[in-house]
Amino acid sequence: MAKVVLLGTLVGVSIYVCVFLLAKGMYIPAAMPLIGAGLISYIFLSEKRYPLRWLVPGLLFLTVMVVYPIGYTFVSSFTNVGTGHMLGKEQALDQLLDRSYAPENAITYSFLAFANPAGDIALVLEGEGERILYTQGTASAIAVDDPRLVDEDGDGRPERFSNYARLSIPQLVPRLSDLEAYRIEYDNKIIGLQDLNEFRTRTPLYVYDAEAETMTDQQTGVVYAAMEGIFTSADGVEIYPGYKVSVGIRNYLALIRNPQISGPFAMVFGWTFAFATLTVLLNFALGLSTAILLNDPFLRFRTLYRVLMIIPYALPAFIMILVWRGMLNQHFGIINKMLVSAAHMIDYAVNYVAVNVFHTTAVLFGDVTKIPWLSNGMLAKASLLLLNLWLGYPYMMLICLGALQSIPASLYEAARVDGASWWQQFWKITLPLLLMPLAPLLIGAFAFNFNNFTLIWLLTEGRPAIAGATTPAGQTDILISYTYRLAFEGARGNQLGLAAAVSVMIFVVIATISAINFRLTGALEELSKNV
Amino acid sequence: MYERHSIGGSFWRHAIILFLCAFSVFPALWVVSASFNATNNMSLQTLIPKNPTFSHYVELFTSDRYQFTRWMINSLKVTIITATLTVVLAALGAYAFSRFRFKGRRVGLLGLLLIQMFPQILAMVAIFLLVLSLGSIFPWAGLNTHTALIFVYLGGAMGFNTWLMKGYFDTIPRSLEESAKVDGATPFQAFIWIILPLARPILATIFVLSFISSYSELILAQILLRSGTQFTLPVGMALLVSDQWSQRWGMFAAGALISMLPFLIVFMLAQRSLVSGLTRGSVKE
Repeated sequence: MAKVVLLGTLVGVSIYVCVFLLAKGMYIPAAMPLIGAGLISYIFLSEKRYPLRWLVPGLLFLTVMVVYPIGYTFVSSFTNVGTGHMLGKEQALDQLLDRSYAPENAITYSFLAFANPAGDIALVLEGEGERILYTQGTASAIAVDDPRLVDEDGDGRPERFSNYARLSIPQLVPRLSDLEAYRIEYDNKIIGLQDLNEFRTRTPLYVYDAEAETMTDQQTGVVYAAMEGIFTSADGVEIYPGYKVSVGIRNYLALIRNPQISGPFAMVFGWTFAFATLTVLLNFALGLSTAILLNDPFLRFRTLYRVLMIIPYALPAFIMILVWRGMLNQHFGIINKMLVSAAHMIDYAVNYVAVNVFHTTAVLFGDVTKIPWLSNGMLAKASLLLLNLWLGYPYMMLICLGALQSIPASLYEAARVDGASWWQQFWKITLPLLLMPLAPLLIGAFAFNFNNFTLIWLLTEGRPAIAGATTPAGQTDILISYTYRLAFEGARGNQLGLAAAVSVMIFVVIATISAINFRLTGALEELSKNV
Repeated sequence: MYERHSIGGSFWRHAIILFLCAFSVFPALWVVSASFNATNNMSLQTLIPKNPTFSHYVELFTSDRYQFTRWMINSLKVTIITATLTVVLAALGAYAFSRFRFKGRRVGLLGLLLIQMFPQILAMVAIFLLVLSLGSIFPWAGLNTHTALIFVYLGGAMGFNTWLMKGYFDTIPRSLEESAKVDGATPFQAFIWIILPLARPILATIFVLSFISSYSELILAQILLRSGTQFTLPVGMALLVSDQWSQRWGMFAAGALISMLPFLIVFMLAQRSLVSGLTRGSVKE
C-alpha cells in the first residue's frame, strides 16, 4: 500500500515537472521525468526486477548528477552557451516578442496611483473618454462617480480609492520600477507607463519572420537577421538575449588555432602536466627517502618521528593551504622573515671571519627581504610544488613504508653476499619491487593532482595573469581552474561552451591515463574475474 | 640494507629527519600560535605568544561581516547529511550486487568503476546549468541551496563506495541470512537486522571517507552557493582570506583551528574501524 502511494506521488511529481518544462518550450527535457518515473514504477512493480529496486536510489543520483551532466558537457561543448546565449531559441523569442513601444499615434492616458497599507497598487487611467481601473493585475472600466473613489476637496482628483490612498509624486518615484513592469491589457490594447505623468498604448516592438529568421524593429524599421544565436542588424548591432545554437567544433578549433586563446591554453595545458608530474616525482622521492630512513631498525625515536611527519596528512588541506598562503605573503609572511634572519646570521658570520666583507647574502642571492613568492610566475609555480610536497609526502611515506616491509630481507642478504653496494641494492631491488605495487597509486596521485583545483585556487587563484590573454588565463592555472574561470569568472562574460570544450579535453586525458593504468596493472581483468 | 650506524651516520640521519619533522610541524604550530597571539597582525606574530589571549576566538564568533558560525553549521549539516545518505545508498546498492544475481550485474559493476574514473567536477558547467533549471521548478533545490549541493554530492555515492562495501558484504557468510529467511524474514529485514550490524566497520569507513571529501569540497560549493549565509567552510574561509587579511590573521587562525576539529575528531574516532574496514573489505571469504 505504501508502495502504491509513493509511486503515485512520484508519477504525480514527474507529471508536474513535465508540464512545467513543456510550458517553457523544453520538449526533449520534458520527456525525461516521465521516462524516469515510468522506469522506476516498472522496477518496483515487476517481481522479476526485484534486485534493481535496491539500486534505484543510488543510480538515480548517479544518473542525474554525474552521467547526465557528463553527457550534457559534451553536448554543450559544441554550442555557444554562455552569457547572452543562456536561453533556448523559443524562450529568447518569447522574451523579444514581449517587448513593446509606444507608437506615435498612441493613445495617452493620465493616471492616478493609489496604494493600500499592504503596499498593493491600484491605478486609475483616464484618456480619450475612457476611465480604466487597474488593480490586482486586471483592468476594468470604472465610472467617474464610482462610490469607491472619494474626492474630498472636490478638485476632480480623488484622494482615496476604497482603502487605497493616493500617492503623491515623491511617493510614486520609488514605485516606478513596479509601474514600468505593468502591461495593462484592456479592450485589445496594451498600455504601459510612458513617464511620470502618463501611460500610453503600446504595440510589439519586434515582428518575427520565422521563414527568413529575421526580427523587424517596428519603431525604426531596422531588420535584424539571426546570426549564430543572436539577432544582428546589417551594421552589426545585436539585440539581447541571444540563444544557444550549435557551433560545431568551433570551440575546439579556437583552443587550437585562435592565437589569442590557443597560446594561453597551450601554456595552461603544459603547466598542468608539469605540475602533476613534478608533484608525483617530488612527493614520491621525498616520501621514499623518509620511508627508507624511518624503516631503519637501528634508528631511535622512529615512532615519534613518524607521527610528527604524518601531521600534514591528518589536517584538512583546504585550511592548511590558506595558512601557507599567509606564510608565503610577500610583505608580512614568516617565510620571508625567516630568510631575512638567516641572511643576517650568515652576513654576521662572514663578517666575523673575513673582516670588512658585508652583505654577503645580498651579493650572492639578491634581496631576500621581499621575495614575491605568489606574484612572480616562476616562484608561484615553485611555491605550489613546495606546498604540495608538504601536503603529499606523508601519504607517499606511508605507502612506501608499507611496501618496503613486504620486500623480503633475504633479497638484500643475497645481494650483500654478492658484494652489491647500497646504491646497487636500491636501484636493483628496492625501487623495482616498490614500483610494482605502487604504480597504480602513483598514477592515481597524478590523476588527482591533474585536477587539484582546491590547491591552485586557494593558494594562487591561477595568478599571475598571462600577458595578452583574451581569456582569463593565469601562469599557475591548471586546466580545471582555467575551465572554472572561463565558465564563471570571465571578464567578457561566462563562456560556458568554451569551458565545456576544455572539460572534454580533460576527459580525454583522464581516459587515456586510466586506460594506461588498467593496461599496466591488468586491474580491469582482475576485477571482472572477481565480480 | 640497514647496518648499525657510526656516530656520524647516526648524527646526519637524525639531523635530516628532525629538519623534515620541523618542516611538517611548523605550519601547524604557527597557526596555533597565531590564534593565541595578542596581535592580529601577521608580521608582528611571534611563535611563542607574548600575551596569550582568546580574543580572536571571541571576535570570530561575534563578527558580523564573516559569519563563521553559520559556515561551520552549514558545513556540518551538508557533510553529515551527505555522508549518512551516501552510506545508505551505497549499502543498498552493494547488497544487491553482493547477494542477487541478475541481468546487467556485471556490466553495472564495471560501469560504476568506469564512471567513477571521471571526477564529477569536470561536468561543473553542466551541473551549474542543471541546478539553475532545477531551481526554476523547485526553488528549494536551486542555486544557493544546501539541498542542491547535497544532491550533487550524492551523485558520487555509488561507485568506489559500492565496490568497497560489496567486497565486505561478500565476506559475511550467506548462511546467516538464510537462517533468518527460514524464520520468515524478508530480504530487506535480513539486510537491516543481520548484514548492517555485522558491516559496521565498512559503514564507518564509507561515512568517514565521504565526510572527509565533502567537508573539504570547494569547487562545487563555490559554484552553487552564492550568499555568505549559505557558504560552507572552504568557500567561507577563502573569502575570509581575500582582502587585507594580514590584519585579520589571528582571527583567521582561530577559525582555521576550529575548522580542523570536526575533521580531526572524525578521523580519530574512526581510525581503528577505518583500518580494519579497509583491510577486511579486500579479503575474500
